[in-house]
Amino acid sequence: MADPILQFRNVQKTYQMGEVRVHALRGITFDIFPGDYISIMGPSGCGKSTLLNVLGCLDRPTSGNYLLGGEDVSGMDDDALSAVRGSRLGFVFQSYNLIQQLTVLENIEIPLYYQGKPEDETRERARVLATKVGLADRLDHKPFELSGGQQQRVAIARALVNDPLLILADEPTGNLDSVSGVEILRLFDELNSQGKTLIIVTHDTTVSLRASRSIRLRDGNIESDVRQ
Amino acid sequence: MGTLKAMSASNSIPLHKLVEGLSPTRLRRTLRLGWRSLWLHRLRSLLTVLGIVFGVCSVIAMLAIGEGASYEAQEQIKNLGSQNIILRSTKPPEEQKPTDKGSQSSVLQYGITYPDVHRIRSTIPGVSVVLPARNIREYVWHISRRVDCEVVGTVPWYPEMRNHQVAQGRFFSDADMQERRSVCVLGAEMVPSLFPMESPLGKHVRVAGNYYQVIGVMEPSSRVGKTEEPQESGRTILNRMFIPLETAKLRYGEVLMRRRSGSFEAERVQLHEVTIKVSSLENVPGVADAVRTVLERNHKKKDYEIVVPLELLKRAERTKQIFNIVLGSIAAISLLVGGIGIMNIMLASVTERTREIGIRRALGARRHDIISQFLVETVLLSGVGGVLGVLLGIAIPFIVTYAAGMKTIVTLWAPLLAFTISAMVGVIFGIYPAFRAASMDPVEALRHE
Ligand SMILES: Nc1ncnc2c1ncn2[C@@H]1O[C@H](COP(=O)(O)OP(=O)(O)OP(=O)(O)O)[C@@H](O)[C@H]1O
Ligand SMILES: [Mg+2]
Repeated sequence: MADPILQFRNVQKTYQMGEVRVHALRGITFDIFPGDYISIMGPSGCGKSTLLNVLGCLDRPTSGNYLLGGEDVSGMDDDALSAVRGSRLGFVFQSYNLIQQLTVLENIEIPLYYQGKPEDETRERARVLATKVGLADRLDHKPFELSGGQQQRVAIARALVNDPLLILADEPTGNLDSVSGVEILRLFDELNSQGKTLIIVTHDTTVSLRASRSIRLRDGNIESDVRQ
Repeated sequence: MGTLKAMSASNSIPLHKLVEGLSPTRLRRTLRLGWRSLWLHRLRSLLTVLGIVFGVCSVIAMLAIGEGASYEAQEQIKNLGSQNIILRSTKPPEEQKPTDKGSQSSVLQYGITYPDVHRIRSTIPGVSVVLPARNIREYVWHISRRVDCEVVGTVPWYPEMRNHQVAQGRFFSDADMQERRSVCVLGAEMVPSLFPMESPLGKHVRVAGNYYQVIGVMEPSSRVGKTEEPQESGRTILNRMFIPLETAKLRYGEVLMRRRSGSFEAERVQLHEVTIKVSSLENVPGVADAVRTVLERNHKKKDYEIVVPLELLKRAERTKQIFNIVLGSIAAISLLVGGIGIMNIMLASVTERTREIGIRRALGARRHDIISQFLVETVLLSGVGGVLGVLLGIAIPFIVTYAAGMKTIVTLWAPLLAFTISAMVGVIFGIYPAFRAASMDPVEALRHE
């Protein structure tokens, strides 16, 4: 097996709520390899979103080590973490999270914009990806002119635009009807078959059936981690 | 709490990173996107900008009007001659009652006398020339045309001393004076009414049965001057005709009959106006004091007034300074209010766009990227406000000049200053909301509804 692109070593996340300490993650250890298609499941409040935030460098672990592409990101400062997010990670959210005043094309190119890439290059790349997710005829539309499924496809194109090591999705089909949900999942399958590494947090067992590796969390711990 | 967070964020972002975020190509894109965000809330942006627009525009317009007014006042005072001291005879406060029991009881005697002039010339050093004048209110006729006029009996050096030059022909000479010739120089204002079709030079005008040959026409005197020189009748006289002082003495003697609201009244006034030229500017205050003392000693009543243009000029300059300070404060306050308006809206906008900030942060925006984004928006707001304000502020003085006939002067520095200040207001009042936006925790911001 190839070298892991991501290593978690006893990662803990604790929230101090006044007197009470909430242990959202109680010491997670696992590796993720290139091409993994992972679903993360578990009951509400078990720490799925917290784990995803730490994985996505949006949040720093309270303790433990997190190596991403061989680099220890657990001690990085805010600017460095921003750079890591912008260049190595792609995000897909439950509520799409597109910027309303920007067009489809402009939404897709945001990560490249913050990396300081020249505009003609980012334009071209965004156009290629919009075509790839089937939105070639909607480039200049605003998000509110699109259906939920189309918006989520824009979000996926945006997550791909910086050619990330890892794509993180939190309930990507949670706001969609079953038909467009399946379309999105097909898109994920396709991406994985092209070698992309995906981590999908979901409540939906049909999603986890598509994945090649299924992690179950309970109360801040990994309950099971199975490859299928 | 929020402030503390914002402050700690401000400490962690070095300036050079902000500058790097504003490189030309990057900046153009940031500007375009900023404009788009503002355009999304057009009405709100417009209303926000109005504070700055009116602030900037009122500064420029008020400065222009003030500058114009003080320029006119100063020109007027300069026309009187800053080296001059002007004495005028005025009716004493207890008027109507005869003051001199020795003279005819019905004749009111007051004002500056020939002995006064003699005393001033002989006792006060630094006085170079004295210009006496007698003013007589008369109708001036040319054939069947009539003009209400002030006939001024004066000396040949009047034009030079009062900065009032002859436009056509010549002023009367020493010879005219000595020989008491019946010659006159007309004020420019009365020429169109008396001589609408022809040149007045060489023609004759009739005053109280006597004919005077017109030998010259004065230049028009400045407009403000006429309204500011009070006349004894309480009205202002636009028209002035100049004749030699000796001729005036010959024609009118010492006692004057004055027309006054229909009835006649006898007055004995030797000189109506005396202009004293001081040899140098530094001596003006000293000579003015000396003249005051001399006159006070010889006049029981205050039947004269002393006008010192230099003092007026200094007072006008002081007034202008005070005006500028008041104006500056008003400008500062209005721009402050405009700035607070901008800050208020930007804070609301930051809260409203918390989600957007979270998204941008998740997609790789560093704190200083967020700061430059919001700063660019505030600077755009205040910059657009500044430009609109400058345009309006330049237009208003023109309208005022056109509609009210007031002189206005738009100096170059006023719009520049107003615009610079408005742009600075944008930066200063944009910094706090921008830092607040940048200090948000990405996870919290993403969870924001
Ligand atoms: N910012 C926070 N401050 C305090 N406690 C938090 C914070 N974020 C999460 N928690 C707590 O951490 C635990 C894990 O939360 P998390 O959001 O990761 O759950 P989840 O598995 O995503 O749940 P769901 O399926 O409902 O989305 C919960 O007990 C939650 O209350
Ligand atoms: Mg969750």
